[in-house]
Amino acid sequence: MFRLRLVPDKTTIPFMNGRFAGLFVSAFLSIASMVLFFYPGLNYGIDFRGGIAIEARTEAPADFAQLRQQLGELGLGQVALQEFGSPQDVLIRLERQPGDDAAQQVAADRVRARLAEILPGTQVRRVEAVGASVSGELFTNGMLAMGLAVVAMLVYIWFRFEWQFGVGAVATLLLDVTKIIGFYSITGLQFNLTAIAAILTIMGYSVNDKVVVYDRVRENLRLYRKMPLRDLIDLSINETLNRTLGTSVCTFLSVVPLALFGGEALQEFGIVLIFGVIIATTSSIFIAAPILLFLGENRLRRGTTEETGGTAPASSSP
Amino acid sequence: MLYFPRWKTILIIAICVIGTLFALPNLFSRESLANLPGWYANSRISLGLDLRGGSHLLLEVDMDAVIRDRVEGLVDGARTQLRTANVGYTTITPSARGITVQLRDPAQAQAATQALRELANTVGGGAFGGGQPDLDVAAANGAVTATLSEPALRERANQAVEQSIEIVRRRIDETGVNEPTIARQGADRILVQLPGVEDPDRVKRLLGTTAKMTFRLVDMNADPTATRAPPGSEILPSADPTGPQSYVIRKRVEVDGANLQNASAGTNPQTGEWVVNFEFDSTGARRFSEVTQANVGRPFAIVLDNKVISAPVIREPITGGRGQISGNYNAQTASDLAVLLRAGALPAPLKVIEERTVGPDLGADSIRAGLTSVIVGFVLVCVYMVAAYGLFGTFACIALFVNIVLTLAALSMLQATLTLPGIAGVLLSLGLAVDANILINERIRDETKKGRGVFGAMEAGFSRAYSTIVDSNLTTVIKMIILFALGTGAIKGFAVTITFGILISMFTATVLVRLMMVTWLRQTRPAALPV
Repeated sequence: MFRLRLVPDKTTIPFMNGRFAGLFVSAFLSIASMVLFFYPGLNYGIDFRGGIAIEARTEAPADFAQLRQQLGELGLGQVALQEFGSPQDVLIRLERQPGDDAAQQVAADRVRARLAEILPGTQVRRVEAVGASVSGELFTNGMLAMGLAVVAMLVYIWFRFEWQFGVGAVATLLLDVTKIIGFYSITGLQFNLTAIAAILTIMGYSVNDKVVVYDRVRENLRLYRKMPLRDLIDLSINETLNRTLGTSVCTFLSVVPLALFGGEALQEFGIVLIFGVIIATTSSIFIAAPILLFLGENRLRRGTTEETGGTAPASSSP
Repeated sequence: MLYFPRWKTILIIAICVIGTLFALPNLFSRESLANLPGWYANSRISLGLDLRGGSHLLLEVDMDAVIRDRVEGLVDGARTQLRTANVGYTTITPSARGITVQLRDPAQAQAATQALRELANTVGGGAFGGGQPDLDVAAANGAVTATLSEPALRERANQAVEQSIEIVRRRIDETGVNEPTIARQGADRILVQLPGVEDPDRVKRLLGTTAKMTFRLVDMNADPTATRAPPGSEILPSADPTGPQSYVIRKRVEVDGANLQNASAGTNPQTGEWVVNFEFDSTGARRFSEVTQANVGRPFAIVLDNKVISAPVIREPITGGRGQISGNYNAQTASDLAVLLRAGALPAPLKVIEERTVGPDLGADSIRAGLTSVIVGFVLVCVYMVAAYGLFGTFACIALFVNIVLTLAALSMLQATLTLPGIAGVLLSLGLAVDANILINERIRDETKKGRGVFGAMEAGFSRAYSTIVDSNLTTVIKMIILFALGTGAIKGFAVTITFGILISMFTATVLVRLMMVTWLRQTRPAALPV
């Protein structure tokens, strides 16, 4: 019977041999990402920066130079035009207008009126105008959500496992998140509310992946009492390799259509998730496990001595 | 774990069937469901504004104006109170949240304090009293200060927002928008969602007008071109560009717009121009007739939002409680003003601080893009699962399909809103849901390799994988709860669908799949598992 196996059933890849290389590469990428975060920085969307975005569909392919000039006459600061999808679809973006939140509305209405005047028949498909106080709050809430998510994960894993697992997972999570932020910086994808949702999703996925490996480590700790931790972690990763890769492939397959067919709004989301799945899968193997090895040497076996060993391990099922 | 009593089997199948029934109305148009009972026909997912098109406006109540209003009221009140109490003063100075009265004679501080205390309103407390005065009055160095207390300000702000919501609702109802959502958000904000509204200009204009209308006398002794008005009067600009530029108007409000009972747009039969006809309630009609009786021959100003609409001269007492406002209106502006007057004045100006509008065809495009993505994603995942796990993979795919159906059913029953990010959530939960089956199948495989029999391997596979499944799913659910709590608008929809998708997958991917596997085992009694 044919079965698609991503890797052979019995692998004995000595992943822990590469632990320094893995951590080094990861740390390097994360530090590089932090540099990218400050320079050139993120392309903040209007959710977080405030301003105006208007998506219009013109009757004929739009002449950008002329349109830019005509909209520029309104004196609303820099007008950024971007084509997306087809030559008839134009995204008009304006910087946040000086003045209070209501100033954004006034400016948006003026652009709308001007569009109707210079390109009659133009369809305004989407308008977003966000003032400074709203964008400030959205940004604060977004950051708060990410911070809370990290803390919640630390607490949850600490509660379900030992503290070494919690610290390992969260340290890996931070390395993952910084890389995603670096990805946003390199690609220039818009960093907005959707980005926060993408990052939280990847965090959830990443922790999920770590939990599966850690679960097996915990089980094997009870099963093989004499095995050195390093070999034991290697064994656990190898045992769960088919599942780790299988789930990654499935998540990947479910996200790829978003990047391909999701339309403008979901495309960026899909692209970031694809990147995130790759990061999260590799970090489970090359980062989370080595951290556990560093933290857990000689410590993780305490407290398990009074349980019965042997081939029938205490099941962790509830 | 492998034994399913009959009732359990029936229950599992019943859940799937009922879920499917509740998801079904989404496939049909509202019209074709008209003959079904309402509770069933209404079991459908409501689409978010980003999918059906519409306008999302976030309004902020101008709290400074609320407080400024109250302080202005205090200044006027203090003037009257001190006059009645025969207390001499040199100046009354308004501050950010109170007033300071400079007394002529410091010995009168006691009397002044007493008089100003009269201005306090009681806030808080219930039906049995127990409220507190909202003014702290203190005398020092020949001056008396009255300060609005913190709880008083809060209470007032709260009232202002509640009233504003009511007025906003009335005004929007007048515009005929279907199913608007109007909700308070935070301390001083109002969220307005208008499905199907493509150009929110008119709504924004209606909501951006305070529509505070007053009828006041014109100060005939003052010069409207002067820079300062005499005490008790103010200089107000004219709304009519054809008449005089400004008027000096008494601050005293003779009749308030709040006493209007009805207003409607119409045309003046003689001139043919658009006017707004209004009608007072009984109090208003009485006041109006008193004032017009006492002031025949003098101009009476109609002031709307601090602009003088017109100041016609009173020719004869008006006792019927009806009147007419004219001043350069067209059909639209006249009917807008009528709407505003009928709905009442906002207690404070509203500012639109966020607008997100999506046209209906962009929404339709988004739905199409979302559906395509979900179908392609589902097919891809299924192909992989069948290729990797054969029959058990097929079971997982059936469970996955039921998962989607039940997620839709849950969203329909709760009448939750499906947004574009929500569709992404459905898709993503496919990948996460199938993880449970991968875990179980890999486990069964492991156990089979270790030499367990058919039933033993299944039993062990499910029970071992279960805690891992719970752990890994809960971590994602925790994230989504955080996102739901802190996210806004469409993003909340993402958190909702993923959470439902995952919770339901704990049923479909484990219980339902197990039922399928066990049924298959009992019927075929295989010698080895097809993993």
